[in-house]
Amino acid sequence: MTDVTAMTATQIAGLVAAGETSAVEVTQAHLDRIAAVDEQVRAFLHVDTEGALAAARDVDARRAAGEELGPLAGVPVAVKDVLTTRGVPTTVGSKILEGWRPPYDSTIVQRLRAAGTVMLGKTNMDEFAMGSSTEYSAYGATRNPWDTDRIPGGSGGGSAAALAAYEAPLAIGSDTGGSIRQPGAVTGTVGAKPTYGGTSRYGLVAFSSSLDTPGPCARTVLDAALLHAAIGGHDPRDSTSIPAPVPDVVAAAKLGATGDLGGVRLGIVTEFGGEGAEPGVMAAFNEAVDTLTKLGAEIVEISCPHFQYALPAYYLIAPSECSSNLARFDGVRFGLRVGDDGNRSLEEVMSLTREAGFGPEVKRRIMLGTYALSSGYYDAYYGQAQKVRTLITRDFTAAFERVDALISPTTPFVAFPLGARTSDPYQMYLADLFTIPTNLYGGPGISVPCGLSEGLPVGLQVMAPTMADDRMYRVAAALESAVGTLTPPAL
Amino acid sequence: MTTTLPAYDEVVARYEPVIGLETHVELGTNTKMFCGCPTDFGGEPNTRVCPVCLGLPGSLPVANSAAIEATIRIGLALNCSIAQWCRFARKNYFYPDMPKNFQISQYDEPLCVDGYLDVEVNGETVRIGIERVHLEEDTGKTLHVGGATGRIHGATESLVDYNRAGIPLVEIVTKPIPGTAALAPDVARAYVTELRDVLRSLGVSDVRMEEGSLRCDVNTSLNLPGEEWGTRTETKNVNSLRSVERAVRSEMLRQASVLDAGGRITQETRHFHEDTGDTTPGRSKETATDYRYFPEPDLVPLAPDPAWVAELKAALPELPRLHRRRLQQAWGLSDLDMQSVLNAGAVELIEATVAAGATPAAARKWWLGELSRRANETGVELADIGATPAQVAELQGLVDAGKLNDKMARTVLEGVVAGEGSPTEIMTNRGLEVVSDTGALTAAVDEAIAANPAIADKIRSGKVAAAGALVGAVMKTTRGQADAKTVRDLILERLGA
Repeated sequence: MTDVTAMTATQIAGLVAAGETSAVEVTQAHLDRIAAVDEQVRAFLHVDTEGALAAARDVDARRAAGEELGPLAGVPVAVKDVLTTRGVPTTVGSKILEGWRPPYDSTIVQRLRAAGTVMLGKTNMDEFAMGSSTEYSAYGATRNPWDTDRIPGGSGGGSAAALAAYEAPLAIGSDTGGSIRQPGAVTGTVGAKPTYGGTSRYGLVAFSSSLDTPGPCARTVLDAALLHAAIGGHDPRDSTSIPAPVPDVVAAAKLGATGDLGGVRLGIVTEFGGEGAEPGVMAAFNEAVDTLTKLGAEIVEISCPHFQYALPAYYLIAPSECSSNLARFDGVRFGLRVGDDGNRSLEEVMSLTREAGFGPEVKRRIMLGTYALSSGYYDAYYGQAQKVRTLITRDFTAAFERVDALISPTTPFVAFPLGARTSDPYQMYLADLFTIPTNLYGGPGISVPCGLSEGLPVGLQVMAPTMADDRMYRVAAALESAVGTLTPPAL
Repeated sequence: MTTTLPAYDEVVARYEPVIGLETHVELGTNTKMFCGCPTDFGGEPNTRVCPVCLGLPGSLPVANSAAIEATIRIGLALNCSIAQWCRFARKNYFYPDMPKNFQISQYDEPLCVDGYLDVEVNGETVRIGIERVHLEEDTGKTLHVGGATGRIHGATESLVDYNRAGIPLVEIVTKPIPGTAALAPDVARAYVTELRDVLRSLGVSDVRMEEGSLRCDVNTSLNLPGEEWGTRTETKNVNSLRSVERAVRSEMLRQASVLDAGGRITQETRHFHEDTGDTTPGRSKETATDYRYFPEPDLVPLAPDPAWVAELKAALPELPRLHRRRLQQAWGLSDLDMQSVLNAGAVELIEATVAAGATPAAARKWWLGELSRRANETGVELADIGATPAQVAELQGLVDAGKLNDKMARTVLEGVVAGEGSPTEIMTNRGLEVVSDTGALTAAVDEAIAANPAIADKIRSGKVAAAGALVGAVMKTTRGQADAKTVRDLILERLGA
């Protein structure tokens, strides 16, 4: 048997179901791979060896007992450290939660367990999911398996790198402004942001409540769809969860894999052309557009005039919500507590805890958001940004009256060298230029590999109407069928 | 600092008060506002908590629909408009008993707006405008140990109990109430009393001020006649009906003395002290926190279906004021008599006693007489005296049937209050039944006549008043278990008088 770590989730699940291998063997192989390469990649913050093997044994026992298991039973999965895991450390990449073991599982993790997947551990991320390179993790940067001197994207660089390094066949990410799709693009993997409300946020440590969306990461579109189907759907614990079934993304991925896009209309956003993206990225994208045309898709250009205001609106809304969401990290009930020496007041302890526990980017956004929500500034900043959000939503709605989905490069540039953009926040923020509009609108988006530029992966993004997640899987799977998956150089 | 306060009469002669009241009501829902934890009072600290009401990372609120329904019913009872679409908002400030360091409340989009409540003060109806009724979550409780003041500053240790965190809390805010002059304290008290009765009739809260399920903040300002309203202060910690009245009066006197001395009123929060009846300054509003309100993104907007709201409105119980008016007519009471029933807190008790079969007059006699006296003596609420309306009705039934005389009935009632059982049981157990068997009674009468021939002769000769002595003798031999009137009639009959 070939190395299971090189297989897709679909292949692994098939072998386990056929009894040709066991969940324990599969899990052990991935744990061995992590032990071998993670020192170079640093995708994981915590590897739950015991928990993973116990879960794998449980799956094997259930199968032996004749239980009918789901299509991903026995498949290992890496989980971004933004989701709570009962008894397993959850840090959100921050010192302020170092050592915290949540007393409860997030809904996503509950559903992963129910699906018989095996959680390998928790992956690295920019602190509180704020960043586009994973360099803002308080526990050090994750490296891109394509070139370990380069960033793996962010904030979910750990999940994407774990896939590209064959440490896991599936991973969970969360996407607030592009944190699933942009890491997917720069690591040559697939990352999907579901419709907001299509996946539960219960147990997702909040960055920006109205934007945060957990979603699937994989090396193939079909694997991502299977994972999406396993974790998606209504959750009564999340008031913003949509009480409707997940669109049939698996069937759509299978349909797309036939390579036929006849009758599908795709729009290219005019405003995303021009000087925004690197020439190499645009070249790969344009080649992919030709491919999509050959597969039968009709391509039209569509103007979305308000997309140019998406980045500034996002950097008011997300920090505003984060300034409130992160207020609970005060050292009183959980996590880090600094300065509690019996001589300091409670207020001083709260202040010292936050001073020591939050990194510079988190503090920057808390400051921005606190300012934007302040009395006297609210209308000019937060209020104005919400109006822009409405206009962007209208751009999407109007566009989807003409086309089935929109396409663009996922991110303007390929994986950049570590440290290249940390000194200038704005240069870092530009990484999400093409992904942010979707978050403001609330619709789904997926990044699928579409080629290489300077030997590094380029991703194509497909954006669909809300609750039409299936459409983007069809287009992505069709492109994948023509382009193929990308394989990084051996580590 | 000691200042001589001016006389109240002088204050209201010179200044016009404007008052306003903010009332917080803990709803009596089974579960908390945004999670499934129980809301029962008491419990070991931090035992009625979960990831949501502890504000653990990742947890999310889900609004309690029973609390939303209760709030809408309160709004309807207070003649408010119910919003067709509104949102929760976050009120951001740091405090350790607030798990998330923001409170989920409502800001510029309350669930109910623009209503009124009519209250009666000295026989006059005063219409109190209701600005808004909104829904929010309660905070936990902090205990500051060490330090002299029990406040956070100077404490050596702070202990937090989150059992109350997340209890649904309804805030009811009046519009400013001008023009009440000397009656301002009475109007404030009458409003809170009426509001409490409305809430109780709706069954949405146990409205116990002493346990904090109904809490009041009182706003007060003074202005010279013809001038703009003065700067207001907000007095917190007003936890009884009497305190509401005292707090307004005390703050009017204090502000008048400041103004008389040429001073300025500071816009501030003040604390009311039950023991002294004074207020002292708290946090100054002029340096107050910017709460940075914004719509709560974790909760979907509320959009109550108008048809459902109409159903709730149609199903509202009769409001206390109208109910009382109807009862007063049915019971045939004067305003003054009705007032004494109200003051005794006996309306529901009498109503229930009548419902159990007693006449209104008899029910009122027991509750306002013997039972009120005992309640006053023992310092308990009339409703908690230990006798139920059903028992009082049963007792009266025994009297009406001639089985108990008045004195015996009082003895039986003592037994009821002492928890000895039902009136009938007590009557039997104590052997208190009226001797109505005429044979036995006739024998006792004949015995008394035979033993007192002189008195018997007087009666025979027409001195009927002398019968009292024979009645006393019969009562003695029957150990009081005879009906005095029956005995008297029997004596007169036997003596042909």
